[in-house]
Amino acid sequence: MENKTSYWQENLRLIFICLIIWFVVSFGLGIMFVEELNTIRLGGYKLGFWFAQQGSIYTFLGLIFWYTKKMNDLDKKYNVEEE
Amino acid sequence: MEQLKLFTYIAVFGSFALYFAIAWWARATTTSDFYVAGGGITPLQNGMAIGADWMSAASFISMAGLIAFLGYGGSVFLMGWTGGYVLLAMLLAPYMRKHGKFTVPEFIADRYYSKTARIVAVICLIIASLTYIIGQMKGVGVAFSRFLEVEYDNGLYIGMAVVWVYAVLGGMKGITYTQIAQYCVLIFAYTIPAVFISLELTGNPIPQLGLGSTLADGSGMYLLDKLDLVVTDLGFKEYTTDNMGGSVNMFAYTLSLMIGTAGLPHVIMRFFTVPSVKAARSSAGYALVFIALLYTVAPAVGAMARLNLMNTIEPVAGQNLEYAERPQWFKDWENTGLLKYEDKNGDGKIQYTANAETNEMVKVDRDIMVLANPAIANLPNWVIALVAAGGIAAALSTAAGLLLAISSSVSHDLMKGVFTPDISEKNELLAGRVVMTISIIVAGYLGLNPPGFAAGTVALAFGLAASSIFPALMMGIFSKRMNSKAAIWGMCSGIGVTMLYVFQHKGIMFIQGTDFLGGLEPNWFFGISPNAFGVIGAVVNFTVAFVILQFSEDAPEEIQEMVENFRTPVGEVVAAHDH
Repeated sequence: MENKTSYWQENLRLIFICLIIWFVVSFGLGIMFVEELNTIRLGGYKLGFWFAQQGSIYTFLGLIFWYTKKMNDLDKKYNVEEE
Repeated sequence: MEQLKLFTYIAVFGSFALYFAIAWWARATTTSDFYVAGGGITPLQNGMAIGADWMSAASFISMAGLIAFLGYGGSVFLMGWTGGYVLLAMLLAPYMRKHGKFTVPEFIADRYYSKTARIVAVICLIIASLTYIIGQMKGVGVAFSRFLEVEYDNGLYIGMAVVWVYAVLGGMKGITYTQIAQYCVLIFAYTIPAVFISLELTGNPIPQLGLGSTLADGSGMYLLDKLDLVVTDLGFKEYTTDNMGGSVNMFAYTLSLMIGTAGLPHVIMRFFTVPSVKAARSSAGYALVFIALLYTVAPAVGAMARLNLMNTIEPVAGQNLEYAERPQWFKDWENTGLLKYEDKNGDGKIQYTANAETNEMVKVDRDIMVLANPAIANLPNWVIALVAAGGIAAALSTAAGLLLAISSSVSHDLMKGVFTPDISEKNELLAGRVVMTISIIVAGYLGLNPPGFAAGTVALAFGLAASSIFPALMMGIFSKRMNSKAAIWGMCSGIGVTMLYVFQHKGIMFIQGTDFLGGLEPNWFFGISPNAFGVIGAVVNFTVAFVILQFSEDAPEEIQEMVENFRTPVGEVVAAHDH
């Protein structure tokens, strides 16, 4: 029972970290701070524009695979891995 | 011209023959096959199938066209329709897979120990899915009208017939393997022209890089800078900064699409078909890989299409194209009624400007851009044919997945689960097919006068899912105490508020003339467009649910235990008792 609770707590912490990054790249860099970032260039791209149309998607991908890996480790640690 | 027609027929009918062959080969025989394909599909296969299911006419045919005209504002679709997978992978998919049920309303029925909750979930699901199918029908109509050279309405009728044959024949199992084939067709069809166009314009074959490169015309100018210059010269807003009604609207729009993604039943259902909780997490990742392949190319397609269109109409600043010398693709699209020219100043030339009084391109339906794009760029005929096949594949696969979600929720959740529990398997399947047929007719009828471009219509569907299903699922997993009364009122008020807002601006069930506030911007709540309102509905849903929870009893002990249980990958699933 106690084990289950701390497994869930650790999972929640991971989710929280991931969602902060998720929020920052899309809503932060892609929308709220887009004008400031647009003063920086990435080749022909304005940086804010790049985050909104390219960068955020790459970050989402990285996030899901990172979370999947972390959760697999967590399953092992708490011995709740599936057969 | 004859060659193009021939190629298009070969590409479209060839790919169709392939899908039907696979559907027949893997046709569903039992109820469990019909819904979830026996649970024996790998994460990679499932990811690809989710990709095909997900990327509909809205993504394939419509999105890049909208981006072409919205510029930076179009980013809401790119971020919104990919960011939702992060939520799915972390907040919903693994737990719902662990619980192991066929449909979303079934999960809600178990978690909220209530038949009423199940019925409410079914109604929300049907409203959202039907709206979504209207968007698909618009896309199918555009594609068929062009390649069969008929008017849009006739294209739509033909599309309805094809969708019917296709969805009613096979169940989920047929659909899973067919959708893998469809994914391959649609991704080739989407990227090949993009590679050609990128190469032509910038010398870089990778569209994601081409969009950030300099033009190959020797000017040394960046493509995006050139585009900004061309459009602002004609009075349009700057491409890379035009923010579609402000950042608040963009913020709400993006968030609505994200949580709507995680609340749409036809996508969640896909996660019931994987063999394990682990596979449910990685399926979401693989799905996003396959989706990102198209989504990172789309902004390049949009920008390059816009630049090519502008250059066709006005090759050199001030020297506009003679209407009599317009290219073949222009004439072809005029035949469908989706492109219209009116010589306002009588000079025989085409003026395309932001000024409504002098602009002579009186109708440029955004949904034609992707299909017209290869022809605008003078690509070989086989490429144009391929795009037609890809667009139709995209629309078909999603429409079929949605119809399956609707039919299973009626036959499995309403009939078998609530009203006629002793229905036979055979009759359950039959009922499912009847429901599909009715849905196609309703969606087709509403598709004759769709509430917007395909992607915009689909965005409304996401808002409806975001305001109803997503909060109910999330609270069910993350709050053990959440009880049925609170969840039911949450769903009803969330979708109620959203529907009220959408219908007052877009018409009741999108029927023209029934909107009582009009689509006018001054009536928008904090400048949030109806397409972006789902997030407000979701906030209402959460708030109502938590307030009611404070004044009512927590969920019973055995339900809390069930929640405990589906939060971890191993351990027995605790069955709920129906009350």
